[in-house]
Amino acid sequence: MSEIPSRTLAMGESEAIVGRASMFAPFAVGTMQAANAHDELVLLTADLGKYTDTADFRHKYPQRFFNVGMAEQSLVMTAAGLSKVGKVAYCTTYGTFATRRAYDFLAIACAHSEENVKMFAGNPGLVSGYGGTHQANEDLALMRAIPNMTVLDPCDATEMMQIAAMAADIPGTVYCRLLRAHVPVVFDPATHRVRIGKGHVTGAGSDLGFVSTGSMTERVLDARDALAQQGIASSVFHTASLKPFDAQGLVEFAASVKRLVVCENHVASGGLAACAIDALYEAGLQRPMLKIAIPDQFTACGSHAYLLDQYGLSTTKIIARVGAWLR
Amino acid sequence: MTVNLETAAGQDAEITRLRGVALNLRRKMIQQARGKGQGYLGQGLAIADYLAVLYFHAFNADDLDFTRAERKRFYLSTGHYSIALWAALAELGVIDPAMLSSYGADGSPLEMSTMEGRVPGVEMTGGSLGHGLGIAVGAALGYRLDDRSSMIHVEISDGELQEGSTWEAANTAGSFELDNLVCWIDCNGIQADGPMVVNIEPVADRFAAFAWAVKEIDGNDLGQLCDAFAWARHRVGRPKAVVMRTRPGRGVKRIEQRDRAHFVRIDAEEWDDVARELEIENV
Repeated sequence: MSEIPSRTLAMGESEAIVGRASMFAPFAVGTMQAANAHDELVLLTADLGKYTDTADFRHKYPQRFFNVGMAEQSLVMTAAGLSKVGKVAYCTTYGTFATRRAYDFLAIACAHSEENVKMFAGNPGLVSGYGGTHQANEDLALMRAIPNMTVLDPCDATEMMQIAAMAADIPGTVYCRLLRAHVPVVFDPATHRVRIGKGHVTGAGSDLGFVSTGSMTERVLDARDALAQQGIASSVFHTASLKPFDAQGLVEFAASVKRLVVCENHVASGGLAACAIDALYEAGLQRPMLKIAIPDQFTACGSHAYLLDQYGLSTTKIIARVGAWLR
Repeated sequence: MTVNLETAAGQDAEITRLRGVALNLRRKMIQQARGKGQGYLGQGLAIADYLAVLYFHAFNADDLDFTRAERKRFYLSTGHYSIALWAALAELGVIDPAMLSSYGADGSPLEMSTMEGRVPGVEMTGGSLGHGLGIAVGAALGYRLDDRSSMIHVEISDGELQEGSTWEAANTAGSFELDNLVCWIDCNGIQADGPMVVNIEPVADRFAAFAWAVKEIDGNDLGQLCDAFAWARHRVGRPKAVVMRTRPGRGVKRIEQRDRAHFVRIDAEEWDDVARELEIENV
């Protein structure tokens, strides 16, 4: 395990990706595709341009790039104003600052007027090693509560790149978690297509069904393989789209398995588990459910691997928790 | 019909015309508030002269085509001034004046606070105070990016100077040298809890410190308002702030004299007197 850093990474550092293909700056790649196709696309950041993969855009389109400084409220208001005069405003900052600091502005200045503002919010959940100030553990719940808002949590480089490329064409205000720098490739970009409001099923095992979003899906797919070795047949319902949520797809998936394990890099309230429970309850379908999520507490500083282990979200811990639950 | 504003006689005629417009706006505000016993009438009456000059002097027919991309933009940040905006839009013929009595009624598009999307001319959702200046900054950036020559105007209130977001936006505008942006600050001296509950002065100096060009005027003086719009047209490499000192309830003495004018209460039997006072004082 010596390749896993045993310390909090500095802001610009990127986690080493072991045993899996990776891609550098998929957000930048997708955003450049969108920018080349949309003259009206502008990109804004709030003093976190270096840490949110904005360099490619800034170099190619310096006139269309705006850094408002350490001012997230101004970031969101400025984006709303640009939208009002015909622009599509991509924004980057960290999830904590976008949601907790600028909530009223995303809700009223953006979503209420259905502005073309696309917020890409870095450091989702335990991806940040900087503790409760920087870990956006409840951002999806906050954003889901706002009417008109599209809320996305991509799994990997493939989905990150595809969402960045398509976001300009998603009507209205979008909140998307941002995976930056070296990002694992979990889904094959040649065949996988991320869809708004749709889930993606892997496998057909019916002993249990994983329901997963965002970067948790990478670990869930690994856990599924390990459980298969133990004779437990499972399948995975992944979705990057929390709002709109594929309630029908989830219910059909749940009907095909004996029990559910919901996994999210987010607190257990207001996120994926809430989406799943709502969908099942409304459909009148019951399945035993294990929720693997960030606990209801301000989480610690540390390396990504350390935090995943501490809070029970690592592949090893998922396997152990599922095994214990089944016994 | 056109007046020559280069001559003193032409300027006098223009002021006389605008005085008539402002009186009509005030009449329309009383029409909205009448019988309801309450409303943001104090603020509305105070801003009537500014809206008269904005819509009937500074804006032309192209600017009033709210579907035209390159129009001058006006963002009313103080959503509770909707009573004044509805009066102006009715005077412009954008909405039917017969609708005015539905102000604040269930289901009416003439809300007590502005909601974008229901009435043409409502360019932003106001009311959550501290949003307008930042939105205008974005619009000004967009216009500059597209080389559009029209100016971006935004009205904010002195109370909004207590919102941190206003100063974030002021700093962004100053740093980006947005000289197509004009911020009109309605300093009426009152807020929800009464007279300014914490200090916001000196307003002009504060904006100057954020790298804005500033001008301070009597916001109920039509001549000074016209001069301020002429001043604001000049591109000086900086955003411009006009500090407007206004009097809540302007035009109706009994409302001017009520010091708790944030949300005016007028008894049912008073409305005829209110309407009569407006005519006596202003015709």
